[in-house]
Amino acid sequence: MTADLRTPAFTVPAERGRLRFFAQAIGEHDPIYSDLDAARKAGHPDLPVPPTFLFCLEMDRPDPFSFLAEAGIDLARVLHGEQRFTYHAMAHAGDELTFESHIADTYEKKGGALRFLVRETRVTRAGEPVADLTNVIVVRGEAAA
Amino acid sequence: MNNLHDIAVGTELPPLRVPSISRTTLALYAGASGDHNPMHIDLDAARAAGMDDVFAHGMLSMAYLGRLLTGWVPQERIRSYSVRFAAITPVHGQPTCTGRVTAIEEADGERRARLDLRVALEDGTVTLTGQALVALT
Repeated sequence: MTADLRTPAFTVPAERGRLRFFAQAIGEHDPIYSDLDAARKAGHPDLPVPPTFLFCLEMDRPDPFSFLAEAGIDLARVLHGEQRFTYHAMAHAGDELTFESHIADTYEKKGGALRFLVRETRVTRAGEPVADLTNVIVVRGEAAA
Repeated sequence: MNNLHDIAVGTELPPLRVPSISRTTLALYAGASGDHNPMHIDLDAARAAGMDDVFAHGMLSMAYLGRLLTGWVPQERIRSYSVRFAAITPVHGQPTCTGRVTAIEEADGERRARLDLRVALEDGTVTLTGQALVALT
């Protein structure tokens, strides 16, 4: 597999209903993440997109794991190794966010028993930077050639 | 919300204890997050892959740890947030999120706290370790 494998840019709206569902799923009780009035009183134009939800939004791609299939990797052998976020601006419900991803690096450890993919994603809103994500994926139990 | 002027090296964040993770939690998280990887929600798929059971999404624990941060400072102050997933969180695991200030630094014209973060289960297993940079001024 070649590094720098790019996934086509993908634009998705952050939706209020989805953000409320996410807040419920992670047990978030702070009302600014589910109640529009509370969010506005705290100075937000709409419900804030919480710190890790940018990772989730990219899962809305039609086939979010296709980059693994293209690299010949079985989803059942994949573990999440690391996840990093660098934030440039807050995102809120109603924002249209664009995700551009590529595989920045790939390497092996333990004589090929573990294979690592480093995937970088740039998130922008109308061309302005919102966040940079780095996702390190570990492929286990695969004797890589 | 705490007083940002009182934050110093060694300051501990109030720990966040999360209820035991049920299969319902995993189903809801799969739906809300959009991560439909069957290894987290489908026992048949997990067993076919040689696992004894489904296990929690790593990003669910990272979301809990994110709650620790946003419960401590307004989210717009978080400059960066990263974790390493150290161990799988089994069904019925009960995570506790903790954090501690390890440095106060100046960068890009603001004062920032560097935090060490951790999620551990009740048996002591550390499932996530991480770091965050938070603006204080």
